[in-house]
Amino acid sequence: MATSTYNLIASQVVGSGGASAITFSSIPQTYTDLLLKISARMAPNTTGEYIQMSFNGVTTNLSSKILYGYTTNASSYNESSVLALGIFPGVGTTSNTFGTSETYIPNYTSSNYKSVSTDEVSENNSSSTNAAYQYLIAGLWSSTAAITSITLSAQTTSILQYSTFYLYGIKNS
Amino acid sequence: MADVIEVNCTTNEVTIRPQTAEEIAAAEAAAAQAAADKAAADAAEKAKADAKAAAIAKLAALGLTADEVAALTA
Repeated sequence: MATSTYNLIASQVVGSGGASAITFSSIPQTYTDLLLKISARMAPNTTGEYIQMSFNGVTTNLSSKILYGYTTNASSYNESSVLALGIFPGVGTTSNTFGTSETYIPNYTSSNYKSVSTDEVSENNSSSTNAAYQYLIAGLWSSTAAITSITLSAQTTSILQYSTFYLYGIKNS
Repeated sequence: MADVIEVNCTTNEVTIRPQTAEEIAAAEAAAAQAAADKAAADAAEKAKADAKAAAIAKLAALGLTADEVAALTA
């Protein structure tokens, strides 16, 4: 029977100065898939903003199909040149609340285009109408290059202190 | 703008540096595109809801009861 591994490759907790972006570089090419877990809070004084993902220092050939919903609405749309991981809560939301997401990247070393799947919820610890968003995202990086680095960028401002980023490697055997 | 935190997954070295001009430009372009795509989606959704409301109002004006309208639009 094949054995599998599920190892933490690297992690980062954002410090008091915040961060405009987090980059995981020199990713080992020895796993089959990657899994990224995020807990984050954003700087804008609103309901929040996107964290955007890119690979190998390149921000082109990215796209995504997004299904999102909140209390009174659910909808879907295409992002033509961006791979956004959903809206994470801003400082306009309940204090000390963080949005969470999981992103799975299969076959990240292959020469095929790279698919990405993400689920994300912008928690707000509130029962109010439209207090939290939920996102399901099918992303694509149309590149044959193996993924060696991943960058997570704040849409317009910054990622706040105590936000956490964990990158795992998964190997089939 | 806050700094970039770079984690080297092979050495575990953490580097904190300012964003480059290229990174700032790319982030601004991506943010503008994401906002435009979301706004377009929201506008399309609103147009769809407005059209449905207008259709329901016209059905009511024709004399259909609320239950009859609901049966048609369910």
